[in-house]
Amino acid sequence: MTSVPISGRAASGHPRRGIRRFNRASRKAVLNLLGLLVALFALFPVLWMISTAFKPASEIYSLTPQPIPLHPTLSNFQQVFSGSVIGMSYWNFLKNSLFVTLVAVALSSLIGLLAAIALGRFKFKFRTTYLIVLLIVQLLPQQALVVSLFIDFRKYNLLDSLVGLILVYTAFALPVTVWMLRNFAATVPKDLEEAAAIDGAGAWTRFWRILLPLISPGLVSTSVFAFIFAYNEFVFALTFLGTDTAKFTLPLYVQYFYGQNSTNWGAIMASSTLFTIPVLAFFLFTQRRLASGLVAGAVKG
Amino acid sequence: MVTSSHSRPGTPSPAGSTPQGHGPDGSHKTDRSAPSAPTRPFRQRAAIWIRKRGLGPYLLLLPATAVIGALIIWPAIQIGLFSFQNYGLMQISGVEPAQWIGFSNYSQILHDPEFWSSLKISLYFAVIVVPATMIVGTLVGLLLARLGPRMRSFVSISAILAWATPAVSASVIFAWLVDPDGGVVDWALTKVPSWLGGGAHWSGFSWTNAPLPAYTVLTVMLVWTGFPFIAVTVLAGLRTLPPELHEAARVDGAGPWRDFWKVTFPLLRPIFLVLALLSTIWDFGMFTQAYIITGQLGNRDEYNLGLYEYSQAFTQPPHYGLASAAAFVLTIILLIVTVGYVRAAIKQGAFA
Repeated sequence: MTSVPISGRAASGHPRRGIRRFNRASRKAVLNLLGLLVALFALFPVLWMISTAFKPASEIYSLTPQPIPLHPTLSNFQQVFSGSVIGMSYWNFLKNSLFVTLVAVALSSLIGLLAAIALGRFKFKFRTTYLIVLLIVQLLPQQALVVSLFIDFRKYNLLDSLVGLILVYTAFALPVTVWMLRNFAATVPKDLEEAAAIDGAGAWTRFWRILLPLISPGLVSTSVFAFIFAYNEFVFALTFLGTDTAKFTLPLYVQYFYGQNSTNWGAIMASSTLFTIPVLAFFLFTQRRLASGLVAGAVKG
Repeated sequence: MVTSSHSRPGTPSPAGSTPQGHGPDGSHKTDRSAPSAPTRPFRQRAAIWIRKRGLGPYLLLLPATAVIGALIIWPAIQIGLFSFQNYGLMQISGVEPAQWIGFSNYSQILHDPEFWSSLKISLYFAVIVVPATMIVGTLVGLLLARLGPRMRSFVSISAILAWATPAVSASVIFAWLVDPDGGVVDWALTKVPSWLGGGAHWSGFSWTNAPLPAYTVLTVMLVWTGFPFIAVTVLAGLRTLPPELHEAARVDGAGPWRDFWKVTFPLLRPIFLVLALLSTIWDFGMFTQAYIITGQLGNRDEYNLGLYEYSQAFTQPPHYGLASAAAFVLTIILLIVTVGYVRAAIKQGAFA
């Protein structure tokens, strides 16, 4: 960006053109080197996790750690799939996680869409107040609320239950979903809807034929955020699922696995790899769409 | 489509180009609307009534309000109520009813040295991690703006992957990186020349047995997790600035340092403010990473405020009243920062 004016001057035949070109080249090399260092810092922990997951025990505890496994093995993954630690395979926990996450995402998208239409397309008395409350609610500390929710859920038999988790995940995904979707709802031109109304389209038709198709890109990005929130969530799962290992979601499983045999690093890293890689792959596929949303609505818990 | 036939009678039905794409099949439509005739007046009356009073938006907000109210706002209020009660094992199992005990939960935690040490840890941690994350994130953002398009997307995607790594995975990975037995960090430190502080004494160094090393690990981890969000946001902010401004500054003889403080920073100040406040909220309230790195509630001297509060409720015997008082303190501190955040967001026109 900033190199534009320099190149302009260099091209117009400056006497010290050669030196300038050299300076530009070396500046670019330094910047690229810094860029590579940043990328290495960002990627190193994840790469180290994957590499460890494929190492045999002898290499994991070797006196000189190798970046890449010399004798790659799948035995760590076999331990995770065979369930030699908890007595249950990784698939069981993946199933729990996917069930909780997908239902919570569907519910929060549906409920959030209705609210976003209200906030994005109507002017009413408490609109701004409502938005401010959403913004505050989203930042309340979950480890504080979990005490209160634990007592309520115990009363209603929602502990040790995936349904309880679904309820909480739906609620905590909602503020961000509404907040982001509202912008998409607001950008659908009023004229389109009015034209359809003149043509005789009722409220439902206008919703299905005009509003929904135009909001659906927004719905995709909010679902991605809701998905990642619910798939990664730890505090509620830890508190509500307690010691009922069969119901564990993946983050709880990885943590439990680590707590139970904190020296079997190969298997711990294998379980963590199986938990993490789907999220990262998901992010890679959707990152273009997410980049805008990431900046627009500050989201991370 | 059935619903659309309910709402169309009464309005002049246009032939041909209907937006619903029904096609010009007019007879089909009249067939459909005939059986629904009895319900029509009520539906129409209801719709008119809702529109007249402007109830539409409130109806649409109803489900979200109910869910958020029941599962977020009510628990927050209940925390306040429990903090004035002697809620414990007897009360949760229904053996004895909870009693109002005034401020005694508060006076008990305020006289607990562990509460103060956990509060101090949370404060110190935020005071160190927030600026560190901001500085690293801003520098990376400035770097990204100067890279070529390919390198820029490579670096920012790498950074986003760090940000996207789940907190549980990140914690387990860092626990492995700093493991005294086979961890790569201790190995690397033994290779660092002694005048830089490295050497053989790092071999087998335990990072998680005392507060200072444990929170050093957590600092690095949270900078690692947090900088990408800041870098990407700063980059987006930089792109909104007209390049002529930097050019003018350069013509006036400003170097990159002065260019940043005199041009970039003042213009992006609202963005920096929002980022700093958000980071404060996240880092002060850090739970998952601290829970795993400090040994799953095993080391009381390594508690931050969140762990202290959580352990009051979920280690035996449970003290839900005390936990609620601590949770209330935590929530109030975070709410104060949140108010600042909301004000900054309003100034930025987030509610327009």
